[in-house]
Amino acid sequence: MSGAAASDEARVARLRRDFPILAREVSGKPLAYLDNAASTQRPRAVLDAMTAAYERHYANVHRGIHTLAQEADELFEAAREKVRALLSAPSAEQIIFTSGATAAINLAARSFGDRFLNPGDEILLTEMEHHANLVPWQQTAERTGAVIRYVPLTDDGRLDLDAFDRLLGPRTKLVALTAVSNVLGTINPLAEIISRAHAAGAEVLVDGAQSVPHMPCDVQSLGCDLLVFSGHKMLGPTGVGVLYGRRDLLERMPPFLGGGSMIREVRFDGFLPADLPYKFEAGTPPIAEVIGLGAAIDYLGQVGWEWIERRERLLTEAAHRALGRIEGLRIIGPEPRHKGGIVSFAIDRLHPHDAAELLDRQGVAVRAGHHCAMPLHQRLGLSASTRASFYFYNTLEEVERLAEALEKAKAVFRRK
Amino acid sequence: MTSSEEELYQDHILAHYEDPYHRGRCSRCTHVHADSNPLCGDRIRIELHVDDHGQMREIFFDGEGCCISQAAASMLVERFDGKSIDEVKQFSAQDMLAMFGVRLTPNRQKCALLSWKVLQAAVYSPIEAAQRISDCERMESQHAHLGELHQLAAPAIGGAGGGRAEAAAPAGARDGTDRRSEERR
Repeated sequence: MSGAAASDEARVARLRRDFPILAREVSGKPLAYLDNAASTQRPRAVLDAMTAAYERHYANVHRGIHTLAQEADELFEAAREKVRALLSAPSAEQIIFTSGATAAINLAARSFGDRFLNPGDEILLTEMEHHANLVPWQQTAERTGAVIRYVPLTDDGRLDLDAFDRLLGPRTKLVALTAVSNVLGTINPLAEIISRAHAAGAEVLVDGAQSVPHMPCDVQSLGCDLLVFSGHKMLGPTGVGVLYGRRDLLERMPPFLGGGSMIREVRFDGFLPADLPYKFEAGTPPIAEVIGLGAAIDYLGQVGWEWIERRERLLTEAAHRALGRIEGLRIIGPEPRHKGGIVSFAIDRLHPHDAAELLDRQGVAVRAGHHCAMPLHQRLGLSASTRASFYFYNTLEEVERLAEALEKAKAVFRRK
Repeated sequence: MTSSEEELYQDHILAHYEDPYHRGRCSRCTHVHADSNPLCGDRIRIELHVDDHGQMREIFFDGEGCCISQAAASMLVERFDGKSIDEVKQFSAQDMLAMFGVRLTPNRQKCALLSWKVLQAAVYSPIEAAQRISDCERMESQHAHLGELHQLAAPAIGGAGGGRAEAAAPAGARDGTDRRSEERR
């Protein structure tokens, strides 16, 4: 190991002490948590921020006069500003809190669809989308008569950009795609895709669930029109996510959920919606969760976004090397230079569920199944796959343990 | 290997997985049902040939999925080969888990119980005589369609490692000739 690599591992060892759960054992072995694409773990700073919110500053937000309501309000809106800074968004009014990335896409799909989509209009998705970026658009297509088209993949699991150009047409109103595939790990060339989509007059929604937690994000230089992500995939709590949108677009989109907070005025014969962002935030929001997300963003900023990105590339390259040595194992997706910290694979004669079960007995937590991407698995000719996904707190030793545990799992079935 | 691994992946379970009992099709099919576990994609199809006295003259299964789901199906089919459909109806989920023998976590119990659910439905799913052949063909074509989806792979996506990793349906006679003797155990 080089000096730089050794000092990285030492830094990771220090950071891991911030995460109480990473110290536990599973099956009598130290936990190797390699299921970060599904959900990450939380550092004590996030848990403390949420506990303090409940123990010291809790009240409902937006409408209180008393001290606790003001304190809760300040913490809540401070978190919104942290999200704005994280995304380099022009204003905090363009940051809408939802219950997660799924809820954010549903909001966008319903509201954008109701306002802008007519029968025969086209929504362009890709073959690598998560169900959360498929089903809401299928529902919207059903409501509006719009048509969905899918950008196909190349043989190495990247978007076929020539096909994208051919599919992009005057009827394309929206392109919705993931920044990073949750199965293949593929990092899509967003800037290129967005500029081509804009040239064709289409808006672009980016599913940032697998990118915002792992790499720097600047929505203005990227030029995306809408972007969503979840808190729990970036050290934050469950139950909170974000929709960012271009201001003029959000202003033209109608409210999705109706209720308290989202109104300026309600009469018996109708209502006037509130201004951004509250227009899209009906009901009591996830207050402690939003505050926890703010603490997670602070923590990640201290760790350093460039370092996080570099660290995950290192782990991914190490995983490709270690898994590439396993006979009968096929990695699904492109080479490490095209992907984030997600390594999915299939092994001859070892079903993913059996692999995950046997790895768990070695203390290694991975995910097995279709990872909410059934159409992609059909495209891949697989009913399921096994997925290891990294965060900066994972170690090179854990990558080696994954490979060793897979060899042991294979041996269970090596009978004839 | 630790003892806990041996506990789940016991020899007799691996034997059923790797060398299944009656994987294939009935030569004459009177009852059929197929189902899948949507969360993990395990699939099981069971065909029966039930005579006028409610006795099962033939019972075959087919499917794909994890070791637990496929071994459980093999054990179930072996258990009821030649038995009556009344005996099937009296065979509870608890009986199924007890027969499987290995303690399973709730998530893996779903794997083991898939074939039990399919068999329970199959005994209530007769194919009318006139339709028997055409329905078998229809089910077959649906089944084949599912298979096609899995084979749509076109060129396999992926870099490192060997060839296609998804195992094709384990070898075993599709024409109902895989009548292995009882002496395997």
